[in-house]
Amino acid sequence: MIRIDVTSKHYGESQVLGPIAFEIAKGETVAVLGPSGIGKSTLLRIVAGIDTRFEGTVQRPARMAIVFQEPTLLPWRSVIQNLTLVHPDLSRDAAREMLAKVGIGDKADLFPGQLSLGQQRRLALARAFAGNPDFLIMDEPFVSLDAATAQTMLDLTKTLIRDVGPATLFVTHARNEAEALSARILELRGTPATLGPHLISAKEKP
Amino acid sequence: MSGRGSIPAASLFGLLILWTVAATLTADPQVLPQPWALAGPFLRELQSGDLLYHLGATLLRVIWAFALAMAIGCALGLVMGRFEKVDRWLDPWLVVFLNLPALVLIVLCYLWIGLNETAAIIAVTLNKVPNVTTVIREGARAFDPNLDAMARVYRMSAWTRLRHVLIPQLAPFITAAARGGLAVIWKIVLVVEFLGRSSGIGFQIHLYFQLFDVAMVLVYALSFIAVMLAVEWTFLQPWERRVRRWRVA
Repeated sequence: MIRIDVTSKHYGESQVLGPIAFEIAKGETVAVLGPSGIGKSTLLRIVAGIDTRFEGTVQRPARMAIVFQEPTLLPWRSVIQNLTLVHPDLSRDAAREMLAKVGIGDKADLFPGQLSLGQQRRLALARAFAGNPDFLIMDEPFVSLDAATAQTMLDLTKTLIRDVGPATLFVTHARNEAEALSARILELRGTPATLGPHLISAKEKP
Repeated sequence: MSGRGSIPAASLFGLLILWTVAATLTADPQVLPQPWALAGPFLRELQSGDLLYHLGATLLRVIWAFALAMAIGCALGLVMGRFEKVDRWLDPWLVVFLNLPALVLIVLCYLWIGLNETAAIIAVTLNKVPNVTTVIREGARAFDPNLDAMARVYRMSAWTRLRHVLIPQLAPFITAAARGGLAVIWKIVLVVEFLGRSSGIGFQIHLYFQLFDVAMVLVYALSFIAVMLAVEWTFLQPWERRVRRWRVA
């Protein structure tokens, strides 16, 4: 069980986040929606434990994984090392299998810089799922991809979530992405940002 | 391949020409002998074993001081670049040591520790640590926060983080510190030897300085320059190419 209970978050004088509380059940996918600059990434960094300067508490499991907007790989280590260094328990065979699963099985010995941006993001996904995480956090992972690539990545993510079954928190400004992952949608709005007062009504769905 | 070897060679040859012209104009071998006039003394020193003995002594001191200065400087720079509080406390010390003349440190080390090998190596190390620290600190300040966050969420161990996340980011700074360091260190080692050791290139230069023997001073100086160039080409540059591999791939 993941329980988020943030009372407030300030950057200097200005308050960015108001009271935000929600839970994510095992195997559930939750999407946090909201326009750019509302504080989605701030919330995500708090939940991930990257930002510890806030009022409130976050309960999270030990085995976590994160996918950033940028691939955030180790460019000086080979593709396969990007998996095995982050997950020391992962065997080379299992790592190769994971690379094959995201469709870059033949790139194991290249450097990340030799991959296309789409392939780098596949590697970031592989890295996230390779550790069998209990909790997966994704920060706009499909942003700045062309429509076709974004769709393939979305399908791939869906398959991986189904296979590995982590609780997933997913931040985006695109509602269709959230719906494609059949996520429970939470909306962040206002300054300081809080969760929207109403649940998403049926007519807002396509 | 030809481009990499031929340009330095031509450049060094130009220096040799300049030397020949200067020696011809001086027309006094006591002041500046012709380059080829050094061959005889060089061979004599090589055969007697003196040259190799003193080269070895200096090289050993350079290696010790270099290793110590790099290790201490990297550790300090890393900590100062990462933790602002430590930086604020240690920065004034750094400024003091950066501005302390090498000669003062050397004399003080000899006075306090004694005229021995420990004092010599400590003096050189202390002279170099502040420079290494300054360069490495710059690198540590430029760490990618996203990689940090990634390493944190995935709970990478401290050692893996240091070895595979932090040090690769520092590599260009470490190389810069190492190359600058080596050049400065051997010059300071010579001063240290000049002032208070009875072996090494610096000691020999002191000896021949007293005898006004320009040729022998040049023989010893040039021999050591050759050794340092060899170190640069056989160790530093290949290592640099290795750590840069991922950039050019």
